[in-house]
Amino acid sequence: MTQSAAALPMGLTPYLTVSAILLVLGVFGIFLNRKNIIVILMSVELILLAVNLNFVAFSAALHDLAGQVFAMFVLTVAAAEAAIGLAIVVVYFRNRGSIQVEDVNLMKG
Amino acid sequence: MDGMTMHWTLALPEIVLALIGMAILMFGVLRKGNPTQLCAMFTLGGFLVAGVLVLMGQPGIGYGGQFVVDAFSSFAKELILAAAALALILSFDYNEHANIDRFEYPVVLLLAVTGMMVMVSAHSMMTLYLGLELQSLSLYVLAAFARDDVRSSEAGLKYFVLGALASGLLLYGISLVYGFSGSMDFAVIAAAMAHPAAVSPGLIVGVVFILSGLVFKISAVPFHMWTPDVYEGSPTPVTAFLASAPKVAAIALLLRVMAGPFGHLLAQWQSLIEIVSIASMIFGALAAIGQTNIKRLMAYSSIGHMGYALIGLAVGTPEGLRGTLVYMVVYVFMNAGAFACITAMRRNGRSVEQISDLAGLARSDATMAMALAIFMFSMAGIPPLSGFFGKLYVFLAAVQGGLWTLAVIGVLSSVLGAYYYLRVIKVMYFDAADQHFDPRPASLSFVMAAGGLFTTFFFLFPAPFVGAAQVAAKALFG
Repeated sequence: MTQSAAALPMGLTPYLTVSAILLVLGVFGIFLNRKNIIVILMSVELILLAVNLNFVAFSAALHDLAGQVFAMFVLTVAAAEAAIGLAIVVVYFRNRGSIQVEDVNLMKG
Repeated sequence: MDGMTMHWTLALPEIVLALIGMAILMFGVLRKGNPTQLCAMFTLGGFLVAGVLVLMGQPGIGYGGQFVVDAFSSFAKELILAAAALALILSFDYNEHANIDRFEYPVVLLLAVTGMMVMVSAHSMMTLYLGLELQSLSLYVLAAFARDDVRSSEAGLKYFVLGALASGLLLYGISLVYGFSGSMDFAVIAAAMAHPAAVSPGLIVGVVFILSGLVFKISAVPFHMWTPDVYEGSPTPVTAFLASAPKVAAIALLLRVMAGPFGHLLAQWQSLIEIVSIASMIFGALAAIGQTNIKRLMAYSSIGHMGYALIGLAVGTPEGLRGTLVYMVVYVFMNAGAFACITAMRRNGRSVEQISDLAGLARSDATMAMALAIFMFSMAGIPPLSGFFGKLYVFLAAVQGGLWTLAVIGVLSSVLGAYYYLRVIKVMYFDAADQHFDPRPASLSFVMAAGGLFTTFFFLFPAPFVGAAQVAAKALFG
């Protein structure tokens, strides 16, 4: 990681730290959230953005474009994923009349 | 390196399949009336064409090192196509009765299969991720396909949330591996890991994240919690599909990633895979005992089966991987047959799913009772049925590789597991007869017969399958 000085004046560590914090926030947002399914969708997006930050930081540090290309793909997939997730939430709401997390309990487990 | 050359014909089966998918979509939209049957037939035809193209494919690496075709990918692709075709045939009659016979069903299923084929041909993290997401996104839609049924939409929702989380973790692992090894290409990553000194803690964390994401996709313990709910809630043909083709694809991907780029880290991941395998086998056997719903039972059974399949990977030798591949072949056929029987459980036009509904089946429909008994005996691992040979090859590899604990625990847990498989047989043959099921449609009888014949007579002709699996496993080790 010696070449990183020019591309990343602060070094790689701050980027990785922020990204790790975002990842943890996203994971906790999914598991500790007791209210609304939309919050879960936002947490999923947060995880993907944490990954993107990682990719872009590594890409700059390594002087390798592949990471940034991957970040573009991740953005695209995230959009598709959000569309499908919201569609499923709408279908679920029509059948159940609620999107509270505690109501997702028709099957045990 | 020939990284700059495209060799675009390598991906011909996937390209053709994707184009056929688009064509069927246009056909379904533009045609008057209900085009579902025709679209399903075209999809089956598309699988056939793709299967032939896979057989004719030449090995090689293309798309700038992103995409690989070798004996391993061809083997996995043929198995995926067979599993998907069987699952699609199961849906013909069911979807009509459940009022979900929309032409999007075969198209989404076809796109999922395209994703799986890309997955098993991945030669870089980018291909891996894009194939996996194409597969996963299609599967979320399929799980929620009965959109007027609250249980199906709940299954879709749970699958989506947990699947998206798993993809996120996998992706985070990919980013770490990219950063600490300096490349996405499997060959470059493998070369970077050849020296023990180059293996940093960040790299190991990345590998563990990738492993958890893939273990989620095959629903092994400790990432199995979605399986019973999703299997129970999804429409039965979707459950049959979820339990077969995606598992083959995910297991194949797991084998490729662990034996390829992370092959030099065997010492690090071997114990993890062993723990996952043991936990899955024991959990699958114990948790299934109290189940009353047969789809939930199949969910726990599939968790157990993934545990057995992982034994081969834990051994980490070509023999072990051969065992895993043979296990998947056997598993796909007995699974398709068992789900054909479950799909045929219908009274007065309504599907029933309780094990107690099977009571007295031996007297009302002796053929179906015998078929289901064959599948249950095979899953329990009783010779001379195919399930026994599947287990034999992985246990053999484990013993040869010196992993005695795995083999012993595997044998013990299959004895435990036999209890609940035999309980299904006991209900069919010895309990007082219940009402008759509705007459069985020809499509279900076909899948039942295909699965049953394969399962029963596998011991007569194991050589071609074992030989192909051997060649495929060798290809992974270059």
